[in-house]
Amino acid sequence: MKQPQTSRRNFLALAALTPFAVAATSACGTSGPGASSGNGGASMWYLSGEPNQTTMQKAVDAFNSANSSDKISVTYFQNDAYKTKIKTAIGANQAPTIIYGWGGGGLKTYAEANQVEDLTGWFDQNPDLKKKFFPSVFGAATVNGKIYALPNQYVAPIVLFYNKELFQKAGVQPPKTWDDIMSLVKTFNDMGVAPFSLGGQSRWTSMMWLEYLLDRIGGPDVFKAIFEGKPNAWMDPAVIETGTKVQELVSADGFIKGFSSITADSQADQALLFSGKAAMMLHGSWTYGAMKKAGQNFVQSGKLGFVPFPTVAGGKGDPKNGVGNPAAYMSISSKASDKEKESAKKFFKDGILTDTVIDAYINSGSVPIVNGIEDKLNTSEDKEFLNFVYDMAKNAPSFQQSWDQALSPTAAEALLNNIDQLFLKSITPQQFAENMNATLGK
Amino acid sequence: MSNAVSTAPRAAVGVKDSKQTEQRKAALAWLTVPALFFFLVFAVVPLAGVLILSFTSWDGIGAIGAAGLDNWFSVLADPGLYNALGLTFLIMIVSWLVQTPISLLLGVFTAGSQRYRAALAVLYFLPLLLSSAAVAIAFKALLDPNFGLATGLGLPFLAQDWLGVPQLALGLVIFVIAWQFVPFHTLIYQGGVRQIPKSLYEAAQIDGAGTVKQFFHITLPQLKYTIITSSTLMVVGSLTYFDLIFVLTGGGPGNSTRILALDMYLRGFRANLMGPASVIAVILVIIGLALALFLQRLGGKDKQGSQLEGL
Repeated sequence: MKQPQTSRRNFLALAALTPFAVAATSACGTSGPGASSGNGGASMWYLSGEPNQTTMQKAVDAFNSANSSDKISVTYFQNDAYKTKIKTAIGANQAPTIIYGWGGGGLKTYAEANQVEDLTGWFDQNPDLKKKFFPSVFGAATVNGKIYALPNQYVAPIVLFYNKELFQKAGVQPPKTWDDIMSLVKTFNDMGVAPFSLGGQSRWTSMMWLEYLLDRIGGPDVFKAIFEGKPNAWMDPAVIETGTKVQELVSADGFIKGFSSITADSQADQALLFSGKAAMMLHGSWTYGAMKKAGQNFVQSGKLGFVPFPTVAGGKGDPKNGVGNPAAYMSISSKASDKEKESAKKFFKDGILTDTVIDAYINSGSVPIVNGIEDKLNTSEDKEFLNFVYDMAKNAPSFQQSWDQALSPTAAEALLNNIDQLFLKSITPQQFAENMNATLGK
Repeated sequence: MSNAVSTAPRAAVGVKDSKQTEQRKAALAWLTVPALFFFLVFAVVPLAGVLILSFTSWDGIGAIGAAGLDNWFSVLADPGLYNALGLTFLIMIVSWLVQTPISLLLGVFTAGSQRYRAALAVLYFLPLLLSSAAVAIAFKALLDPNFGLATGLGLPFLAQDWLGVPQLALGLVIFVIAWQFVPFHTLIYQGGVRQIPKSLYEAAQIDGAGTVKQFFHITLPQLKYTIITSSTLMVVGSLTYFDLIFVLTGGGPGNSTRILALDMYLRGFRANLMGPASVIAVILVIIGLALALFLQRLGGKDKQGSQLEGL
C-alpha cells in the first residue's frame, strides 16, 4: 500500500467511530435477559428436564395468574450448559433476577463478589417460612454466617440401587460391607452381568463413590478439614485408602465395561440397571423417578432395590451418614431493580413449595425439604423409597453436600479431573492426594 | 488484489492516468472501513483484552486484580500445558496426514464430469451440512458400547470402549474430525482441479503419459497453491477444534483429548481461572500466527505469480 495519507485518514475515522460503537455494543449488554420486563415482575433461569420442568412451570403459572403485577418469566436450560452459562451471565452483569443453583462453593463465589442478595434479614421477617424447611438445608445456603439463598425442591441423597431380579437369580443378598461388594463383583462377573453401572464420563458420578468411601473409612471430619482448607487435609491416610479401594474395584472389573464413555445425561447408566445388564448402581435419589418413568414397570413391579452405602472394615464413618444434594437453592441477583427483587421475594414466599408443588415432587418419587410431610409420604405408592430417603435426610448424623458443589469451582474442576484419572488408573491414590492437596485454599 | 495484475497497467499508462488511479484507490480505500471496523472491534480489541487479562487474576465474576507474571509462570510450569500442546500438534499432524491424501484423491475424482461422480459428490459433501455438535452427538450415540451401533447390528468387534480408552478416544477424535472436514477440503481440491487447463492433459496424452503420470506431473504440481491453502486451513483450523471434542469426550478420558483450545475453555469457564486461560489464549494466537506465516512462506516468494505462464 502506497497511500499513507489515506490510511491515516482511515485510521482517524476508525478512531473516531470506535468509541461510539463500543458504547453502542455495551448499551446492548445492559438490556440482556436480566433487564426488567416492564411493569414489575422478575426473570428466572431454571433447569430443563422432566418432571421438574413441568412442576416449576405449573407453579409459575399459578403464581402469575394470582399476582398479575409480579409476573415471573422462566427460561429453561440444560443442566451442564446452565452451570457455565449462569457464571458467565453473572460475570457480565446479565444475570436473571432469580438465580438457580446448588449452594456451597459456587454460591460463596457469588456472595463474595456481592452478586447475590443477603436474605438473612428477609428470613428473620418471615420466620414461618424459615421454619417450614428442614433446618439442615440452610447449611449450604449460608456464607460467612449469612443466608444468601432460598432452599427449595427436594433432598437428593446418593443411594445404592440394585436389581432385585438379578440378586434373586444369583441367590445373594445386597452388600452390607466392602468385602460383600468385592465378593458380589466376582459373583456377577461370573454370571456375565456387570456388577456396577456407572456413567463415568460425567465424572461427578465417579465422585459419588469417593464421597461415600471417604466417609465410611475416615468419617465426615476428613472432608470437613478439606472443605475448611486446612493444610495437608487431602493427605489424610483415609484419602489414600479411599483411592486404593476405588482402584481395587476398577481392577476387579467392578464397573461395566466402557463406563468411562457413558454420560449420566444420556441416562444410559440407569438403563443398564433396569435392563438387567448391570446388577447395582450408586446414584442420586432423583434417578428413582427417572427409572420409574423410563424403566418399563421395573420400579412399579418392585424390582428396584435400595440400600445405604456399605461399611468398610475398621472405618470410622457411621453407616447412617449420607452424601448428596441437601436441596436446590435460589438466590436473588443484587443487580436486579428493587421492584424485581420484591417480585422475586413474593414468589419465594408464595409461589415455590406450595402444596401443589410439594405433592408433585412426592408423586415423582422425591422428598421435598419441608417439615410435616410424613403423612403424605406414607400414603404414596412409593412410600418405601420415600421413607428411606426421608429417614436419611432427617436422621443422618452427617449429610455431606456433594463435593463438587461444596468446594470452590476451581477446586471442583481439579477434583473432577483427578477423579477421572484415578478411575482410569493413570494416577496412583498417592498422586491423587498430592494433586488435590495443591488445590487447597484455591 | 494481486500484484501481478496491478503492476501491468501501471507500467503502461502515463503520469496523469496514474494520478487518477491513485485518487480512485484513495476513494476505494474507504470501502475497507466497515471490514476494518469489524476486525478492530471483534478481533483486535478482544485480543488486547485477553493480553491484559493474562496479567490479572479474575474468577469471571468478582473483581479483577493485578497478578503480574504469576499466571504466565504457573501456566508455563504446568505439565498440563505441555500435554495439551503435544496433543494439539499430534492431532494437527495426524489430521493433515489423514485428510490431505483423501481429500486430494476425492477432489480429483469428483472433478470429473461423469454423472455418477456428481451423484457421489453430493453424498460426500453431506457431512458439510452438519454442525460439529450434531456430528459429535451422533457419533457418541453410535459408538455407545452398550446401546450403540455394535449392539444394534450385532457386530462385536465394533463394541469397543471407543471414548473410554485414552488411545482409542484420541484416534476416534481424529477420525471424526476427518469425517467432518474431508468434504470441505475435497470441495477446495475439486475447484482446484477444474482450474487446470485441459490442454495440459491433452498434450500429456499425446506424449503418451498415463493417468498416474498425469496425476503426478500435471495435477499435483498445478495444485501446489491449492494444497497450501487447504493445508493452512487444516493446520490453523485444528487449533480451534473445540466444539467437536468438547461434546464428544469433554477432554477425557483423563486428559487424553484435552487439546489447547479445550484446556483454555475448561480453565476459564469451568475452573473460573480467567488469568491462566487468557495466557493459553495468547499462546494459541502466537502459534496460529506462526503457523500461518510459515505456511505462506512455503508458497515461495512468487506466491502470487501465475502458474499458467506460457499458456
